[in-house]
Amino acid sequence: MKILVCISNVPDTTSKITFTNNNSEFNNAGIQYIINPYDEIALSKAVDLVNGGANGTVTVINVGEASTEPTIRKALAIGADQAIRVNATPKDAWFVANQIAEYAKKNDFDLILTGRESIDYNGAQVPAMVGELLSIPSVSIAKKLTIENKEVTIEREIEGGKEVLTASFPVVVGTAEGVAEPKIPNMRGIMGARSKSLEVIEPIAVEALTSFSSYETPPTRGSVKLIEESNVHELVNLLHTEAKVI
Amino acid sequence: MSVIVYIENTEGLLKKSAFEVASYAAQIANLRQVQAIAISIGDVSNSELQKLENYGISKILTVTSDNLKSFVNQAYASIIAVATHKEQADTVVLSNSFTGKGLAPRIAAKLEAGLVSNAISIAAFNGEAVEIKRTAFSSKAIVTVTLNSPIKVITLSPNSFEVEERKTSAQIENFVPDIAATDFNTVVKEIVRATDKISLPEAEIVVSAGRGLKGPENWGMIEELANVLGAATACSKPVSDAGWRPHAEHVGQTGIVVSPNLYIAIGISGAIQHLAGVSSSKTIVVINKDPEAPFFKVADYGIVGDALVIVPQLIAALKTHKGN
Ligand SMILES: Cc1cc2nc3c(=O)[nH]c(=O)nc-3n(C[C@H](O)[C@H](O)[C@H](O)COP(=O)(O)OP(=O)(O)OC[C@H]3O[C@@H](n4cnc5c(N)ncnc54)[C@H](O)[C@@H]3O)c2cc1C
Ligand SMILES: Nc1ncnc2c1ncn2[C@@H]1O[C@H](COP(=O)(O)O)[C@@H](O)[C@H]1O
Repeated sequence: MKILVCISNVPDTTSKITFTNNNSEFNNAGIQYIINPYDEIALSKAVDLVNGGANGTVTVINVGEASTEPTIRKALAIGADQAIRVNATPKDAWFVANQIAEYAKKNDFDLILTGRESIDYNGAQVPAMVGELLSIPSVSIAKKLTIENKEVTIEREIEGGKEVLTASFPVVVGTAEGVAEPKIPNMRGIMGARSKSLEVIEPIAVEALTSFSSYETPPTRGSVKLIEESNVHELVNLLHTEAKVI
Repeated sequence: MSVIVYIENTEGLLKKSAFEVASYAAQIANLRQVQAIAISIGDVSNSELQKLENYGISKILTVTSDNLKSFVNQAYASIIAVATHKEQADTVVLSNSFTGKGLAPRIAAKLEAGLVSNAISIAAFNGEAVEIKRTAFSSKAIVTVTLNSPIKVITLSPNSFEVEERKTSAQIENFVPDIAATDFNTVVKEIVRATDKISLPEAEIVVSAGRGLKGPENWGMIEELANVLGAATACSKPVSDAGWRPHAEHVGQTGIVVSPNLYIAIGISGAIQHLAGVSSSKTIVVINKDPEAPFFKVADYGIVGDALVIVPQLIAALKTHKGN
């Protein structure tokens, strides 16, 4: 089984998000970058599938500048066999999906895993776009993923329940919590990662279809109105007459 | 020119989000003096579809083929793309629901259209270009996105757009698109519905509890509170990690993102990753025994005290309130 795992390099979940240049750019001063947490789930699943006797290889791909290489090395330390970096600034999901699809076209993968969304731009766009560009099925938010005799069974969330569906290879799946436990790299993995291949390839020319023109911080709330513990009726009153939500 | 909007149903009934997206599409269409056209796929009766006439839709395409009764991502995307061309639409609107998230990028890729996910503002047209606001960085930022492509695809954040009544009359047209067999590469085996529950992403009120509740045995009062309020239940990540509650209830950066009118957080500290999933709620109530809990900083109303004591009192007070 050949698996491709798409990883994005995102600000740590505790990062304070600020902007520069008249709020036209994200301010990455002092930001720690990590593997997108959902991509860690995808990668851990891929490593489990290959270690679990399925035989095969796990390739990770990132569309990013050289500064993302520590994140790619971490993916190798977690257990990917090799890595590809498409040497480009990820302009938008369409641009990224085209780069991934281009690489995938030349290297028959059975399974392409992504995270369900990146925690920076939260588009949840890349997996389904890659599926469309390759004319293969995609499931954007999977909560469970099992493979038996090349048949992939996926559980996906729907409003008020879940849906179980099957697909055959090749398929793109965006993974969410529940698909696998994130793996933490061990010393052997970290040492081994240094000698694994990290190939840098040049992007194909693709026009971005979207651009971010300005950023703002969400409106802040006024300070909290504290209500005495002995006076829950007052809370009910305020929710009814002031907030008008009940 | 027109605006086309995909209308979702659950077992033949239009979803709540269907009216939001219909109304949103109608507002955009109205501003630009073009038609708002709805497309529905699956078994939905005409009388159900006609409900859209209250929200500014003036034409409804309905696709009812047998092989499209359950959701097939590729086929649905093809149908919506074909309908977009047929109706010469330059804007395609969907809900940012679980289904919309899977469909919209495929439609956008087919049409080489720019896509804005999780839009929270009305689309501002400026010639060919469109500007729309959406959340980013797990709700820690709002970003204005510009789309320059001839066709634009927008998924609307659930619960963030006020529906507006706009009476119209709509003709319903059976639409029978030609779909390739290769578009049917996934097969739905089973759908499991928690019918007694309110769907969390769509809920207007969410009652959520964290580790402060001590253990799963105390969730009875959380469910009762949710019941009284007609709310969905949710929890923090450690609670679902510990198996006290199902994963589908976990909200936050790595869980479900919600934006209800009212979010009640009980025994939850308010870690940044939790807030990322709930901070766009309109009103936030926090019940926590620690006055220093970070959640109070982003709350509208708060009670400092023991949840195990306060929640039963709150249930009683709400019952009295409802009785009046
Ligand atoms: C990469 C990453 C992603 C994460 N994603 C998420 C996410 O999506 N969602 C999420 O929720 N968390 C997430 N977390 C975890 C997050 O950092 C917090 O650990 C978590 O939100 C804490 O849950 P809690 O508030 O229930 O528990 P605690 O932090 O233990 O807080 C319990 C609270 O209950 C109060 N309390 C105790 N007893 C009582 C009582 N009797 N009555 C009233 N109050 C009481 C305490 O004062 C305390 O404030 C993530 C963490 C990481 C590193
Ligand atoms: N620059 C990138 N390089 C590789 N994969 C990416 C990149 N950006 C996003 N992805 C993948 O696509 C998924 C969804 O991202 P998004 O559409 O940005 O929410 C992520 O979880 C990653 O798996």
